[in-house]
Amino acid sequence: MSTAEALVTADGTPLKVSLARATRRSKIRALMLVVPLFVFILITFFIPIGDMLLRSFQNELVGDILPKTVKALENWDESSGELPDETVFTAMAEDFKVAAENKTIGKVGLRLNYEKSGFSSLFRKSGRRAKKLEPPYKEAFLEIDKKWNDLEYWRIFKRESAKFTKSYYLAALDVGYDEAGNIAMKPEEKQIYLNLFLRTLKLSLLITALCIILAYPVSYLLSTLPANKSNLLLILVLLPFWTSLLVRTTSWIALLQQEGVLNDLFVWLGIVSDDGRLAMIHNQTGTIIAMTHILLPFMILPLYSVMKTIPPSYMRAARSLGATPLTAFVRVYMPNTVAGIGAGSILVFILAIGYYITPALVGGTEGTLISNLIAYHLSTSLNWGLAAALGTILLGLVLFLYLMYDKIVGIDNMKLG
Amino acid sequence: MAAPSYATPLEKVWHYAFLVICGLIFFFLIAPIIVIIPLSFNAVPFFTFTPEMLSLDPAGYSTKWYQDFFTNLNWQGAVKNSFIIAFFATIISTTLGTIAALGLSRAEMPFKSLIMAILISPMIVPLIISAAGMYFFYTKINLAATHLGVILAHAALGTPFVVITVTATLVGFDRSLIRAAANLGASPTRTFFKVIVPLILPGVISGALFAFITSFDEVVVVLFVGSFEQRTIPWQMFSGIREQISPTILAVATLLVCISILLLFSVELLRRRGERLRGIKN
Repeated sequence: MSTAEALVTADGTPLKVSLARATRRSKIRALMLVVPLFVFILITFFIPIGDMLLRSFQNELVGDILPKTVKALENWDESSGELPDETVFTAMAEDFKVAAENKTIGKVGLRLNYEKSGFSSLFRKSGRRAKKLEPPYKEAFLEIDKKWNDLEYWRIFKRESAKFTKSYYLAALDVGYDEAGNIAMKPEEKQIYLNLFLRTLKLSLLITALCIILAYPVSYLLSTLPANKSNLLLILVLLPFWTSLLVRTTSWIALLQQEGVLNDLFVWLGIVSDDGRLAMIHNQTGTIIAMTHILLPFMILPLYSVMKTIPPSYMRAARSLGATPLTAFVRVYMPNTVAGIGAGSILVFILAIGYYITPALVGGTEGTLISNLIAYHLSTSLNWGLAAALGTILLGLVLFLYLMYDKIVGIDNMKLG
Repeated sequence: MAAPSYATPLEKVWHYAFLVICGLIFFFLIAPIIVIIPLSFNAVPFFTFTPEMLSLDPAGYSTKWYQDFFTNLNWQGAVKNSFIIAFFATIISTTLGTIAALGLSRAEMPFKSLIMAILISPMIVPLIISAAGMYFFYTKINLAATHLGVILAHAALGTPFVVITVTATLVGFDRSLIRAAANLGASPTRTFFKVIVPLILPGVISGALFAFITSFDEVVVVLFVGSFEQRTIPWQMFSGIREQISPTILAVATLLVCISILLLFSVELLRRRGERLRGIKN
């Protein structure tokens, strides 16, 4: 019997039990402090994001508006090579009459139009004449539009009447169904999204690399200067960090546009002729320059905080042991800064792949990133399912990087300003 | 800084070249922000320096874009909305964030890094994704296109900054002070207000400033969750740049730069004060 078990508190409970209870209580008390914030961001942030994830595969619209047709279609064998029988057409006539009255038929048409163009007009046309339809319905529908004779339309109709769909994800990865209904990659010239994902990754990598190159010397200088001087210079880094994103983007527009400050300067210096003004904005160059400028402080600050902890005596020791300045720098100093480079790079990369505002304003068409396309599907094309699928893929990518950041740097070590 | 006295001539050349490179990078960082200040006083609606401006002719300068900003109802509405939204969002995120940070910095806190990772994620998730999710969900619960909706969204985005800054302040917090207060007969509430709050106040205020600027600068979520009625200054700037560029935007940008300079210095002063209070030598 150990002493801990032998000891009891005043009321006779063993000390171990009593201690465990006290620890548990203080753990719960600590957790209780976090609960309000947790509940708040659960409701305002996590549930909305979960809702978006659901939207990327939820597909209840067709079944909700055309319930009888969907049920009747279950018995149709799409590999039979024949059109559905009269029962399906009868169910469809009933559904269409109701849906045309409720004016919901256009919604289904639009939904199916994402899968194959032609659906929207087919449904609108059939919906308009639904009231006057007489049996036999099969002939009546075929008379309205020949597309009802096309097996491919029926296959898609049946496929997308399921409660869940993978078509948004397939579309987001540039995969489609071929004419026989099998999953296949889209032809290369039609691959929009994969190309955009690739471009986003490529540009983010390039911007991260540029940030490393620009941040390294500046952070080194800041870390070697005495505190009063480095604090003064640090303001030059912190001011852009604190300045509104839109202000910085606006000033890049003023600087880079064809009639802008830089082009005027180049013309005045005679570097370019007046009608040969450089196109530095509304293309990739614009996105790269503006985003590098905006994200640079996120690289300098972590690098600086790591470099500050490297004792200058390391370099002196290397030199006195016979290393050339270059060798000392590459073999002794640089390995010590890897943690800072890693922290800054992941941070910059995470921020870059999700950027929306700056590419939207200075990117033109070839400098836009995946976020811009998500915004386009949200507000212009209104294909919310596709926007949600693209968003989910991007989110997965970011969360993966976030976990890496946590592994390498530790979230607890994140500092601001 | 000067090159060390033992440096070879080549090293000296490299040293000065290095300083020049650093100077250029600092110039790259700061010039775009400085350049819009004179441009905002342009007499003609161009985004560049006119010959009159370069010759320092007073006729080339004008404050009419500032007048436009202060008289235009669209901009005035945006200013009002920005301050209302940022104010309430800051209060919510500072309160909740500070309480959570107090819990997170307790030694007995279980699953600390997991909880921290979850609480900080609103800062990491790309804004367009947050905006999309909030747009769908807030429409469902009738919060879209209301001030409350935008305030709640901004409060959620601001909390990570408060959590990070306040937790950082609490790292150097001497917990024996709490025991000392209790020992001297103070109740937990009294200890909180008389001992804990004064010590962490600099951290809380700088967290609040971060939350404020997050809301004040945020545009993506406002674009989707809000409507014209909730337009903020960045919203107005964004649509202004997209439609027709007016130098009024440059005037607004200049005013915003002044605000950020003000905020930067407040945060810097608070940080130093906080370190002094906690006895950390710089």
